[in-house]
Amino acid sequence: MAATLKDATAIVGIGQTAFARHLPQSEKELACRAILAALADAGIDPGEVDAFSSYTMEETDEVEVAKAIGAGDVTFFSKIGYGGGGSCATVGHLAAAVATGQATVGVAWRSRKRGSGPRPWKNTAVQLPTPGQWTRPFGLLRPADEIGMLARRYMHEYGATRDHLFNVAMACRNRANENPAAMMYERPLTREMYMTSRMISDPLCLFDNCLETDGALACVIVSAERARDCRNKPVYVHSAAQGLPSQHHGMVNYWNDDPLSGPAWTAARHLWKQADFGPQDVHVAQIYDAFTPLIPLSLEGYGFCGRGEGAAFTEGGALELGGRLPINTGGGGLSEAYVHGFNLINEGVKQLRGVSTAQVPDATTCLVTAGEGVPTSAILLRS
Amino acid sequence: MTTAPEAAASADALLLPVPDDDGAPFWEYAARGELRVQACTACGRLRFPPRPCCPHCRSFDSEWRRMSGRGRIWSYVRPHPPLLPAYAAQAPYNVILVELADAPHIRLAGNLVTSADAPLDSMDPARLRIGARVHVVFTETGSMAVPRWLLEKS
Ligand SMILES: [Zn+2]
Repeated sequence: MAATLKDATAIVGIGQTAFARHLPQSEKELACRAILAALADAGIDPGEVDAFSSYTMEETDEVEVAKAIGAGDVTFFSKIGYGGGGSCATVGHLAAAVATGQATVGVAWRSRKRGSGPRPWKNTAVQLPTPGQWTRPFGLLRPADEIGMLARRYMHEYGATRDHLFNVAMACRNRANENPAAMMYERPLTREMYMTSRMISDPLCLFDNCLETDGALACVIVSAERARDCRNKPVYVHSAAQGLPSQHHGMVNYWNDDPLSGPAWTAARHLWKQADFGPQDVHVAQIYDAFTPLIPLSLEGYGFCGRGEGAAFTEGGALELGGRLPINTGGGGLSEAYVHGFNLINEGVKQLRGVSTAQVPDATTCLVTAGEGVPTSAILLRS
Repeated sequence: MTTAPEAAASADALLLPVPDDDGAPFWEYAARGELRVQACTACGRLRFPPRPCCPHCRSFDSEWRRMSGRGRIWSYVRPHPPLLPAYAAQAPYNVILVELADAPHIRLAGNLVTSADAPLDSMDPARLRIGARVHVVFTETGSMAVPRWLLEKS
């Protein structure tokens, strides 16, 4: 094979704004601040940027961003669909572009005002998407309702309980309690709080759901060769994959033969096939957590345990620092910030630089995943 | 974008299905009280949601096959507010997924109610159970008929 993505590129800069329920700045300003912070972190002049990647749901487009930050001529740009499923693919697309010489300095970003902005199910003037004809009239309105349906079935089939989901929420909250940038810094969670909190979509309660957040993040990708000259220790993109399984139907994957094996399984097969190491060699993982049940499903999909064993995997502090697989060490979408999973990418970089607020000692490998349950993506990072 | 009259309607009424070309026959049959699923004319396989082409043999010819209307609850959720106003007014209600008896892996979202025209929250939540047998009825809502589900008498 002529070209390979393996370690050919590295993330050399990360940047973020504050995370809050409400920030006064516009999404565009937040995007520019995060991108400029990431470039400064890398020690790369904004005029050198020639590639951009973000999500289709990103409101700030590359034309506006490139103009605002004073980018040079841009030769590669892409947008990844399916909401939180797109996060890691932004890095994957830029890595492919840089590895094949289509660009030299790539910037991926996500800027969001979900905390203070509108949420569709609170508005009356809601647009009904075509696939919604099969679900929305019956009151399956929000992602929490759609994932709650899968969660109930998962609990029924495998004996998973709310205590297992609490293990996930607790691990993320504990890490956020250690992260001054997290929205849930110094705000501990207890089992009592979890078990008595209000339901959002039974079986999912308040603490099974991610935070509503304003904020932006960005990262910078260059070739491995260029990375050696950058300000910070390079974090190599070891493997990258997207996943859209056969006969998949988005968040409501109920018409698949096996709705509990989502896009994570497809992405994982390709991700590991391209890698020099396996799940047993991952020191820390940043697993997309818009909802707690996505963690056991992803643990199974990415091969950390067998089918149906994801809930049991969470027992005994396995997801905590010092456990079998520490996850979401910045607090994740559940407790740091919900910025469509981009904070998981930057947290993975912090771990491999050795500067996380919840550092896993000597971590040199990290899995980062995007939203399970929708067409997804994942990257393996190594230092 | 949603037009003003539609928006006004959705504020105090449940959402109506917005059929696309592929889905329209489902709703036309529903209006006649029939539960039908798209089937490939060439290879006979059922498919849902409806689409132009058979994923098994790639034929573009299809027909709509009548189902028995019986099934089992595959899973369910109980949404609580915040929700659209018409749904919030009936919350917490149930949404069930029904696996059709005559078509494994075809699962329809719906609501378990005590009678065809009863509210979404009419069924005692204690009676929701994965595996419970149900059958379809249709209720008129706005200008359309949508399926609802009743527990089989055991
Ligand atoms: Zn066919």
